Parts: sequence; structure tokens; C-alpha cells
Amino acid sequence: MIAIIDYGVGNLFSLCSSFKSIGYDAVISDDAETILNADKIILPGVGAFEDAAKKLHLSGMDKTVKKAASLGKPVMGICLGMQLLFDKSFEYGEHDGLHMIPGNVIPLKGYIKDGLMIPHIGWNALHFRKKDPLFKYIKEGDYVYFVHSYYAADCDEHTVADTDYGGTVTAIVRKDNVVGCQFHPEKSGEVGLNILRAFCEK
Amino acid sequence: MITKRIIPCLDVRNGRVVKGVNFEGVADVDSPVALGKYYSDNGADELVFYDITASFEERKLFTDILREVASQIFIPLTVGGGINTVEDFDRVLKCGADKVSVNSGAIRNPGLIGEASKIYGDQCVVLSVDIKRVDNTFHVFAKGGRVDTGMDAIKWIEEGVSLGAGEIVVNSIDTDGVKKGFDIELLKLVRKAVNVPVIASGGAGCIKDFVDLFEEIPDIDAGLAASIFHFGEVSIPDLKQELKKHGIPVRLNG
Repeated sequence: MIAIIDYGVGNLFSLCSSFKSIGYDAVISDDAETILNADKIILPGVGAFEDAAKKLHLSGMDKTVKKAASLGKPVMGICLGMQLLFDKSFEYGEHDGLHMIPGNVIPLKGYIKDGLMIPHIGWNALHFRKKDPLFKYIKEGDYVYFVHSYYAADCDEHTVADTDYGGTVTAIVRKDNVVGCQFHPEKSGEVGLNILRAFCEK
Repeated sequence: MITKRIIPCLDVRNGRVVKGVNFEGVADVDSPVALGKYYSDNGADELVFYDITASFEERKLFTDILREVASQIFIPLTVGGGINTVEDFDRVLKCGADKVSVNSGAIRNPGLIGEASKIYGDQCVVLSVDIKRVDNTFHVFAKGGRVDTGMDAIKWIEEGVSLGAGEIVVNSIDTDGVKKGFDIELLKLVRKAVNVPVIASGGAGCIKDFVDLFEEIPDIDAGLAASIFHFGEVSIPDLKQELKKHGIPVRLNG
């Protein structure tokens, strides 16, 4: 079973449906026991970092996701959920993340080439930097759907895929059993479903 | 690099997909779920579902269908039609929409754009504008393109973006349903006026019209169409192959 952590951020309907469509049971839960008993854990998120980090902390889900990771459970952060895995974010101030993957979340603005629109919205190609089990059913250059204005930096060691948007932008990170996708696999068509499929397999 | 998006638009009434020609005279095409899935499997980059019903009962039917679509189709979904309040945003986002398009509701209450973008983010708020030439100027039309508001289209779009709209759909009433190409003159003006994604709508009749659009306005983001896709006059895989041949970046897999 896949547990999607519910901490009051974002709409989880599509995410939940995407797992069902590839044949996996998924539950949306804010119950620590349910989450710790799941085979795999998804940390979702849309919106602002500070608000999400606060809600994660107030719901106690920050401890749950860290505990699950320390028990060796595969954890995947998606979009803002991926950004929350890092040490810090500099979105409107400076905010602490979960410190599960070393790195910082900083604005695309000033980093990418001038004149490109922010947020980075749309289909962009994945470039593999390292081998990763998540790539089992996809290939170099496959397109996935991005929507974000901040990106993960100082995380070279753990970046397994990136994309080009007027600069190299972190797309997938991994540290042991903890992975993060900056894009939305549940909105990236067959390629996205194939990433989730690889994640769900033992 | 980010790809140009090809977006089929599905007008939904009574749970079925319809398409008006110059906004009048609708014809049934197919089920929203079947058609949406077909497009998604054939390389559509995004889908727009437009609720053209009016009554409360029909609205409920629309959201039921939307849920069904969102449980089976995993590409970005935009929903428009009858969006007048933040509660309307909430209603369709809960059913699996990713973006919400406002039109007449934002003309009546421009504050809706700012309110919604603060809660859901700019990327969620799409301002859709029906535009027609009146005495050599571009006017905003409301209520499905039937009523001239007298507002200047470019000024309204600039205001919408400053209020928080994250994307603009430009629907040219002059070219809509005519199938002789997108309204390049109007689209160039809009593209120059704002720095958010601009989606061209109205006028595509063949593959060449899309090639012309992206060649004449290289920084336009997407082309939207309905009937030419629904009636099989243009297939999305053929369209994308042709765009690629012309060096226009498109997503070919998936």
C-alpha cells in the first residue's frame, strides 16, 4: 500500500488516482501508524514553502516522514514535497526544511537566463545524471510536467536527473531510500506513471 | 527547453462534448472521458474542459464528469465556465482540475483574479478573454462572446496579469470557427503586452495554421483548438511531427 501524507496542503485526488491507475492501492492519510505501516510513502505539496513547512510540523507529519525514512521505507517528495526534503528554503525569507537531503531551495529568478518566464511551467525533458531505479521504464529525454518558481541547489551529489530551462534545473534527487521529483509525475502522462510504477515496485 | 503546448478544448454540456461554430450551433461529438483519454494517449499536452451549462443540476453533472476524467487522465487539466467565486475554484480543483480559467466572472469582479491567485497561486489562474475588433480596436466580449463590454482587450489583459493571472487564453471571435488561421495580429499585441504564457485560440483549420502561429510568434506558448481535433481534421501526432520538422520544440513521446 502507498500512503500519501495529508497535511492540509494541495489537492491529492489526481495523485491518488494515478497510483490506482497503475494497480496500486493508495490512501491519503494523516495517521502516523497508517503511514508507518505503508510500503511506500509520498510527501506531496503545492503552494508556499513556509506555509507547508508549518503545516507539516503542526500535524506532526514531519516526524512521521523522517521516522519512516529512517526505517528504510521508500519516500518520494513531489514538487513542494520534494523541496521540503532539503535543509532550507529561501522562498520569502529563510525557512527550515526536513534536512533529509543536503541542499537549499532558491529562486529560479536570477539563476536562469533573463527573459524566460517564471514560474517554469510546462513539459520539459529529463536528462539523466546517474543511474537510478526510477528510470527503469523511462528514457533519457522523456518529457515531464513542471510548475515551480524555486529550485533545489547545492545538491549535486544527490541529483540523479535535471532539466534545462535557461540553466540546469534539478529534476530528481535521491539519497538512499528518499527521492524527490520537482515535476508532477501524476500530471506527466505515461512517462510520469512509469516513474511512479518504478517507485512502487519492490 | 520547454515545449510548445497543443491543447484540445472540450466544451461540455449535459455531460457531452460539444463545439460551437462562432459560438452558435452546437453538435454532439463524444464523451468527455473517452475523448480526453484519446487526446491524452495521442500526445495532447493539456486538456481544457469548458462547462457551458448554466443550471445548478447540470453543474453537478459537470463536476461528476470532471472527477471521472481526472481519475483516468494524467496530464494537466484546465477547467472553465461558470467560474464566478473562489468557491467555484475550490469546487473544480477538488475534482482534479489543475488550473481554472475565468472569463465573464473576472470581468464582473476583477478582484476574483487576485483572491484566487493568493489562495491557489498564479499558476492556477488562467484569464480567458474573448476578443473582437470593433472600429479598429480590440474589445473584450462577455457572456460567451455575445456582449461587447467596450473594454480595451490589451488593457484588460495587462490588468489581469497585474492582479495575478498566471496565463492568458486569447480567443479571437473574428477568427473563431472560420478555420483560416489564428489571429496573428492580435496575438502579437498580447504577447508583447504581458510576460506570462499566452495561449492562442480561435481559427486553426489545418496543421499549417499551427506552424504559422509558432513561426510568426516564436514566443507564443500554446495553440488551442476544438473542432478540428474532434472531427479528426487534424491529428495531434501528425501536427507535432510537422512542428518538429519546422524546428519547433514539441513533446513527442507519451
